[in-house]
Order: sequence, then C-alpha cells, then structure tokens
Amino acid sequence: MYSNRYIFTYAAVLVIVAAAMLSLAAMLLKPFQERNRAIDKMRGILASAQVKNANAGNAISLFNKYIVKELVIDPKGNVINSYSQTPKEDAPAFQLNLKKEYYNKSQHKPYELPLYIAEKDGKTIYIIPMRGTGLWGPIWGNIALTSDFKTVVGVFFDDKSETPGLGGEIAKPKFQKQFIGKTIFDNSGKFTSIDVVKGGIQKLAPTQQIHGVDAISGGTITSKGVDAMLRNVLESYLPYIKKHR
Amino acid sequence: MKTEKTERESLFSPKNMKLITGPLNLNNPITVQVLGICSALAVTAKLKPAIVMTLAVMVVTGFSNLVVSFLRNGIPPRIRIIVQLVVVATLVILVDQLLKAFVFDVSKQLSVFVGLIITNCIIMGRLEAFAMANKPWPAFLDGIGNGLGYGLILITVAFFRELLGSGTLFDIRVIPQSFYNAGYVNNGMMILPPMALITVGVIIWVQRYYKRELIEKK
Repeated sequence: MYSNRYIFTYAAVLVIVAAAMLSLAAMLLKPFQERNRAIDKMRGILASAQVKNANAGNAISLFNKYIVKELVIDPKGNVINSYSQTPKEDAPAFQLNLKKEYYNKSQHKPYELPLYIAEKDGKTIYIIPMRGTGLWGPIWGNIALTSDFKTVVGVFFDDKSETPGLGGEIAKPKFQKQFIGKTIFDNSGKFTSIDVVKGGIQKLAPTQQIHGVDAISGGTITSKGVDAMLRNVLESYLPYIKKHR
Repeated sequence: MKTEKTERESLFSPKNMKLITGPLNLNNPITVQVLGICSALAVTAKLKPAIVMTLAVMVVTGFSNLVVSFLRNGIPPRIRIIVQLVVVATLVILVDQLLKAFVFDVSKQLSVFVGLIITNCIIMGRLEAFAMANKPWPAFLDGIGNGLGYGLILITVAFFRELLGSGTLFDIRVIPQSFYNAGYVNNGMMILPPMALITVGVIIWVQRYYKRELIEKK
C-alpha cells in the first residue's frame, strides 16, 4: 500500500513535469505555428478574391502580388492607416486581431477594422475579413466585393470546430460558390446583406433572391452564425463604403 | 509487479517481434479487439489524413506504453488511470503542437480528431493490459505494433473510400476520364462515415474467412 503522502507527491511531481514539458514545446514551436497561421490567413484572403491554387508554398508571393493596399479604418469610415509596401504581411491591417476588435465593438468601445484592396485582371477588389460564432466555436472568413461594393466576387469561410458534414460544410466550395454574383445592396442602394435562408432561397420573393443563399440542412445554427456574421461585419464597413462607392 | 525471469534476450528476438506482428493480424486492435472504431470512421475519407493519424497514434501508443512501463513500479494503483491519462494527454498535446508547426494543412484536416486520440481506447487498453505489467522495451514494441495494426486497417479503409468515393488516391486522380465519359460516377456514399463502418465489417469478414481460429465458438 502506498501512503497518501506518496500519492499526493507523486501526482504533484508528475503534473509539474508534464506542465514544464508542454510549456517548453509551446514556446519553441510558437514561431512555426504563427508563420503557418499567417500563411493560412493569406490563403483565405486570396481564395475569397478567386485567386486559385494558392498553397502553403506560393501564398506569400501571390499575396504580395495581388494585394495592392491594406487599410485600417475606424467605425466612422475614416482611413487610419494605408499600407502599400512589400512585404504585405507587415501591414498594421494584417496584424489586427479581429476577435479583439469585434469584441470591442460589442462592448461599444472604439475599434479598428482591416480592409484589403486587390488588383486582379485589371479590376479592383475589396476584401473584408469576417469573424463570428458558429455552433461549437468561432467561424471566420473573407468576403470579396467589386469596386462599387455591391456585388460579391467570392467568399471564403472556415471554422474551428463545426460538425463535419453538417455545419462544417460552410468551409466547402459547394456552399461558398453560391455567394458569387450576389449583391449586398438593393437597387435603391439600401443595405440588404446576404441572407442564409433555411429551406432555400426559393422561399424568398424573386427580387430578393439575389440577396440570399441556401442554408445547410442539418447545419442550422452554423448557417445562422454565417448570416449574423455577414450582417454584423458588413454593417461595420457601411460608413466607409458610403464614402467611397 | 511481476518480473519475468528471462535471460537477456536480443532486442528483436522472435518473442519481441511477435509484439509487433501480432496486432497486424491475429490480435488486431480494430478487427479483433474492436477498439478505436470511432476514429477509424472519422479520418478515413482520404488516405493522407489516415496516414498522418496512423503515425500520430503510433507515436502516442509507443511512447505512452514506454513511459508508463518505466513508471509502472512507482505508480500508486489507486491513481494509475489518472497517471496514464496525464501521460497520454501530454503526448497527444505534443503531437498536436508538432503537427500545427510542421504540417499545418493536415492538422487542420484532422482538427478535433488529434485531441480525440486521448480517448482512443487502444491506448488506454494497451496501457492497462500490457505496459503496466511489462518491461519498457517490449511495452514500446507492443505500442508500436498496435499503432501499426490500427493504421493498417485505417489505411485499407481509406484506400477504398478515397478510390471509390472520390476517384483519387492521395488526391491524384486515378480513375481515367474515359470511365467518367462512359457514365461512371463516384460513389458519394463512400465519403460518409456509415460506409467506413461497413468497410471495416467487410475487412473483419475477409479476415475471419482466412483465419478460422478467430471465429467465436458457439
């Protein structure tokens, strides 16, 4: 039989050794992981602008090539910082932590927002990064708009832990393709966002179908999360859009 | 704890090698011990994640067996499950961190399943059944063997699921375009988890057809 003192000491030593090993590993591997995350972010931005075939190897050079300007804007739509040097990843806009900024927004504190401007095939594309919540954890993505800020060029979504096959389908091309060509303003210039419609867009009036996409069956809460994310994020950019379109 | 009275045997003696080859066939963790089924269903839609999962599980089973076997004489029996869990969890987090640092795409694909290695019953099963009562080296081999046996089934299932479900292997198209032109369609069912279970079932059937001794006596 082991004494209680032995058991407690054993447990304490074991846990401290394990904790020390994990902290050391986390510290040593952090630079590599952050590099990967930055590359992943670039690939998401490029994917929304319909730049195909960006992979871990060429993402940085494609990002430097297509992105011409990176802006930081305030809630009133003023440009605080405009960055167009290379490497593009050093831009203040790229370094912004969306989670923090949208938290500040929800707390009615001052916040800043990034906006990427890309040039592709002679056309200007505005790319807005998004962040919201799904069912199990955060969801995020990017929406790329034409230079009049009306029509969607493409979107990209990703999630931390949505159910594979259900909510996780938002990260699949099949769901994302629906957004191409949809508009976030109606003809009178009123903001409509893009509705993620449960049961399919045929439930909407024909004039409204251009502002909607089909939700994912079995992924209702994630679909609602995407809908809310689009509305919340795009609304934050309306002051800027009104000044510049 | 019992100590075996053996003469110094070589590291790869027939007895030790059996620890590796046994789980590949007659003592396979998935098809015979029926452990670790859940992850076998989850990560086998494509070959690449299946192989990475195999490697990850192999590392974790091998090293957790090794560590627990080293500690086996000092572990207080009353908290042995907790100690085992701490060892396994530490190793899994290490593996997860390494994947995130060096094969980010794969780690994104495996996402939650890496964390779930902790709950993979093969690992706890082998710790309880083998590592707690055997010396470190055989325990390590047993862990590697069980990881391999698990991976063998995983990779076989992934091979058929990717081939029939997506028409690719390692994301390279292997079914020629002429097949598709002639009306061949990928079987979307193969991508879904239920077909993984059925594939595992077919593998168990085939294995028992050739290895009659596995069939339970009535």
